Amino acid sequence: MDRSSMSDKTIEMIGVNKWFGPLHVLKDIDLTVARGEHIVLCGPSGSGKSTLIRCINHLEEIQKGAIFVNGTELGPQGNNADHIRRDVGMVFQQFNLFPHLTVLENCMLAQRRVRKTSVAEARDKAMRHLERVHIAEQAAKYPAQLSGGQQQRVAIARALCMDPQVMLFDEPTSALDPEMVKEVLDTMISLADDGITMICVTHEMGFARAVAHRVIFMDRGEIIESAAPEAFFSNPGHERTRAFLGQILNH
Amino acid sequence: MNYTFDFAPVFAAWPTLLEGIMGTLRMSSLSMVFGLGLGIIFMMMRMSGRPGLRTVAVGYIELIRNTPILVQVFFVFFGMPAIGIRLSGEQAAILAMTLNCAAYAAEIVRGGVQSIRPGQIEAGRALGMHTADIYRFIVFRPAIRAVYPALCSQFILLMLNSSLVSSVSAEELTYYAQTLDSQTFRSFEIYLTLGVIYLALSQVLSAVLSLIGRVYFSYPTK
Repeated sequence: MDRSSMSDKTIEMIGVNKWFGPLHVLKDIDLTVARGEHIVLCGPSGSGKSTLIRCINHLEEIQKGAIFVNGTELGPQGNNADHIRRDVGMVFQQFNLFPHLTVLENCMLAQRRVRKTSVAEARDKAMRHLERVHIAEQAAKYPAQLSGGQQQRVAIARALCMDPQVMLFDEPTSALDPEMVKEVLDTMISLADDGITMICVTHEMGFARAVAHRVIFMDRGEIIESAAPEAFFSNPGHERTRAFLGQILNH
Repeated sequence: MNYTFDFAPVFAAWPTLLEGIMGTLRMSSLSMVFGLGLGIIFMMMRMSGRPGLRTVAVGYIELIRNTPILVQVFFVFFGMPAIGIRLSGEQAAILAMTLNCAAYAAEIVRGGVQSIRPGQIEAGRALGMHTADIYRFIVFRPAIRAVYPALCSQFILLMLNSSLVSSVSAEELTYYAQTLDSQTFRSFEIYLTLGVIYLALSQVLSAVLSLIGRVYFSYPTK
């Protein structure tokens, strides 16, 4: 099924349901993300927000519903998953850099193995993206020699090396010491300014205000509210959203 | 005690002993390499999603780990000719030790693979890499690193156990020592020297393996 001709939707989730055993973690999720759109996804822990973005590149299987990325349907058993993953980059809470490879090699591996890029070309592109996240001077180091913030910027560069059309961020600053949060958020803001489509699971509401076109609040597996940041923060429509914002903003 | 110690015949036979040392090193190092390779295949079968493959691997590993290595050596050398597979002593020795080493290596390496955080594999998936590439380029090295000391002990044990293959006339150190014993009757001197040589070989092998480890696993971790 090809839908790319019909709209500029990058991601479309229709009636998505997911269970972990008896636990219903995603309930009838409908979500459409336009090309170039920046979405911030928030909600209490266990609300299903990480699970939702992990379904988009099939790190999690869905049991019901449909997901389209760039018009290609991701089947429930992961048909087209490899195809879709080429278009979707992901940044993890724990960075997940490969410890036995240098920063540069981390950025080259998938280019070489998936895109079959030549060594020279892969290196050039890796260095370009490392420069973009201001960490090119650390290219020869190993992940364990870098700070958390530096590692996360490398992880962003590694994902960008695959020329993704969409970037998924799964709580990218939650594992960082406070003084390193800003360098990562600044990197993400500059990506947003370049117009890449992104979905970001985060509680960094300053970031949401700065770059989000839409803020989505989830609770207990459901999308409760979805609004532009000004409306979302100043006048949330739902009681649960107000309670949540009260908890995370009141300190 | 009126026994007179005389090491002279033992030392005089040093070219024979040296040949034995070479035989021991040749057979055990080949068995380590083949055994590790085969062990990784069994490990992948053991961890695969297919129940058939898993059963075969588990059955194999249990069979090997619960029977004496000497019986395995005898089976390969004396038993297999019945089904038309006739091997020289050295070939039978290498095959039996490879099969033995593979079962232990499979379990050790499995422990290493299980120690890899799922996030590593997810990162590979998210980058669009295929499962085989993920294991080859992302999982393998840190997994082996995690269990390298255990793997080294197993290799040293294999080298020591290789003395058993003298019983099928594989020409290694113990085989030559026995020959020397039957010629000179200097049993005490011969087997004492033999023990010292094995001790030295263990030390050398241990040093070589740890050097390999230092080169191959030189990347820093927290």
